[in-house]
Amino acid sequence: MLRRLHSLPGLFAALFLLVVATSGAILSLNPALERAAATVPARGKLNVAEVAENALRSHSGIEQIERLPSGGVLVYFTEDGNSGADLINPLTGSIVSAYDPSPFFSWVTDLHRAFLWDDRGRAAAGVSALFMALMCLSGIFLLASRAGGWRNLFAPIRAASDGNMSPRLHAEFARVAALGLLLSALTGVWMSAVRFELLPEAQELEADFPQSVAGTAPAPIGSLLALQQVDLLDLHQLVFPFPDDPSDVYSLRTHQGWGFVDQATGEWLSFADYGNAATLQTFIMELHTGEAFWWLGLILGLAALTVPVLSTTCTLIWWQRRRSMPKIIGNTPRHLADTILLVGSETNATWGFATSLLKGLLAADCRVHVAPMNQLTDRYPKARRLLILTSTYGDGDAPSSANQFIHKLEKMPSSLALPWAVLGFGDRQFEHFCAFAELVSKELHQRQWPQILATDYIDRQSGPSFEHWGMALGQALDLTLPLHYTPLPRATKSLILFERKDYGALINAHTTILRFESATPGKSLPKFAAGDLVGIAPPGSDAPRFYSLASSSKDGVLEICVRRQEQGICSSFLYNLKIGDFVNGFIQKNARFKPSKGKSPIILIGAGTGIGPLLGFIRDNKAHRPMHLYWGGRLAESDSLYEDELQACLADQRLSQLHLAFSRGPQSAYVQDKILEDAAQMRALITANAQILLCGGRRMGADVATTMNVILAPLSLDVAQLKKSGRYLEDTY
Amino acid sequence: MNKLLATTALTVGLCLASAVQAREVTITTALNSYRGDGAYLAIYLTDADGKYARTLWVAGGKTKYYKHLLDWARGSGMKSTEYDGMTGASVSNGGNLTIKVEIDDALIDAGYLIRVDSAVEDQRENRVDAEVPLTSQGVSTPVAGRGYVKALSYSL
Repeated sequence: MLRRLHSLPGLFAALFLLVVATSGAILSLNPALERAAATVPARGKLNVAEVAENALRSHSGIEQIERLPSGGVLVYFTEDGNSGADLINPLTGSIVSAYDPSPFFSWVTDLHRAFLWDDRGRAAAGVSALFMALMCLSGIFLLASRAGGWRNLFAPIRAASDGNMSPRLHAEFARVAALGLLLSALTGVWMSAVRFELLPEAQELEADFPQSVAGTAPAPIGSLLALQQVDLLDLHQLVFPFPDDPSDVYSLRTHQGWGFVDQATGEWLSFADYGNAATLQTFIMELHTGEAFWWLGLILGLAALTVPVLSTTCTLIWWQRRRSMPKIIGNTPRHLADTILLVGSETNATWGFATSLLKGLLAADCRVHVAPMNQLTDRYPKARRLLILTSTYGDGDAPSSANQFIHKLEKMPSSLALPWAVLGFGDRQFEHFCAFAELVSKELHQRQWPQILATDYIDRQSGPSFEHWGMALGQALDLTLPLHYTPLPRATKSLILFERKDYGALINAHTTILRFESATPGKSLPKFAAGDLVGIAPPGSDAPRFYSLASSSKDGVLEICVRRQEQGICSSFLYNLKIGDFVNGFIQKNARFKPSKGKSPIILIGAGTGIGPLLGFIRDNKAHRPMHLYWGGRLAESDSLYEDELQACLADQRLSQLHLAFSRGPQSAYVQDKILEDAAQMRALITANAQILLCGGRRMGADVATTMNVILAPLSLDVAQLKKSGRYLEDTY
Repeated sequence: MNKLLATTALTVGLCLASAVQAREVTITTALNSYRGDGAYLAIYLTDADGKYARTLWVAGGKTKYYKHLLDWARGSGMKSTEYDGMTGASVSNGGNLTIKVEIDDALIDAGYLIRVDSAVEDQRENRVDAEVPLTSQGVSTPVAGRGYVKALSYSL
């Protein structure tokens, strides 16, 4: 709810706010510029009588003297029938410059407060300010709730696990600027409300106009006591009497009030304090414009400059959130639904199953609310059941649309006890098959929510097993649930193989490096970087297999390294491709497996085809940060993948050290043996904040982790700790 | 009979008097082209000594700004009874304001003056921006102002 309150007005008002904030930031310069040009004596240094005397040295026919809130002293005069206005130095009376308010700033002012559109624009600007205030307030609460309490409000913000920078940028800028923006917005709302008479306006109390004056000859202005008593810093405006009119008076406005001074006696004829309400009103206005506080103006201006960043990231976040969930037809709002269907998905494949399940449930007259697992809340007033479909990421982690689920579940009130069912999606080849689905089931068990049916698992996106589970669910719920699974269509690109290099024939480990380019001439490849994945479905199968990319799209080549598996349909299909053959593929971003930013050392560990993304990282290492590669193959003569290119990278220092291990041959060794040999260097690198990226088979991964734990023990560290801080990344298969 | 005659004569006399008591005067104020928002104007009559007599018109929507029309404000005391029903919108730069007002005959050719005070947000305030004597001949040439007023003229 808080998030909705925050993001809906944001999207709606983004464009208006962009204009208001940018123009506001420009306007914030004005007081500082005026101040820089003004001579501002200290309090007690100069009184109004002295300033008037000084002004008379350079000007005759003075009509009024004004002190601008920014500190400049302004003289209005008429000499020989010509009217003019000058900024003067109050200490000497000398002219600083003719007063000529900048047409640019007046234009920007009009843009800022009225979108150049009179009263309608003023109303729109007022409403925009209200939106801004709402967003600041809801945003501050959101920040605190995300950070886990007010005390953590300024704790470091972690990047999203999917590598998306927008949410983090948004939060970082927002928490720095929030108070400034809130001050600008609230004072703006207040000014607008007063202007449109939604709030009562405090009237300045007014002095009585004097009925009689001394009427004798005017005294020299420097001798007038009332003017001597007012410090220049308190002056607002001094209006001179008409020359040769003994019945006229001085009108003197100060910060405190307004009154009239006798030109002969120099005494106050009347004076009225503006009153607290009017003084407060002026103060609020000066806070908003920064006129009286040029430094505050600059701070508010800087805060306003974050608004373009905030609106851009806000639009991106909204867009990404929309994209993270396919368009669902027949979705019921949360508060009306009897069935809550939550989806945990990394590659969006699970959404295809969710859509099929939704169709089945709709046909059985259920009212279904479908959402990513991260959107779990405790407000499902009509819900009768909770269905969860989720995949698993890597070693049993949550997929990206579910990474906050467990945390949110822990916060659910015990009163909420929805009957539930969980279906896991995964690949039995992997050790931690459906581990996250198991974890979710365990958590729900612990909360003692009633289980509808035993947690089941779907291997490799198998349609028949899914339909079978649907039957079981239908029986448990006493519904007819005929499910028909059709995978979500993926936006694939046609690729053409233009180069391949084969290895490993000698040792019966057929491996090949395949280089593809866009099959449509003149059309570029989709955007990707080394370490991302390409999904390719072999002919006759809907389930795509994923391969790590060894190149970046800016190279103009899509390169993967494939080893033919004994019974692998897809690897055989790829291995048998000939130059000029076509395949269809799509890119799956894999931000979890990328070198960290910065200059700290990188340790790359791999075996077999795991070299692919690692080589991609080395290729991209044009900044020459220290990179150490440990790689394991079988036989040096047969499967030295990328041998020439690795030597070239060593030569131009994109690669600092190369350690190769071959399990067959005279000096038989595995990659972990090479690492253990370099234990001292490994510890030195880790102490220097190095990051480890490991890619290859699961067994190799486990062996390396065991070895690394031995190496790290003297540092009181282990792999688990490094993983937690993002310094040990694995991409295993 | 005499009494009746006297009463009739008095009544006729009064009617005649009231018929010629006031005249409609059309006052036109043309503004210069200046940079800034609409100008607030106070158009009023003063006696020969420049003492405020009565308000003819105040242009400008917000009464809180009326105090910037300083001489008029001082003379009228800004009492709303002085200007009720005699106000309108502010006049934008380069614009014209034409008003028709009833003025007592007694004030015409009696040394009274039509005067304009003017003010613009964040800019100069002009006491006696323009001033012209009120005579039955009217003015043949418009009088130039010294502030925002380009020309002030009237016709009877």
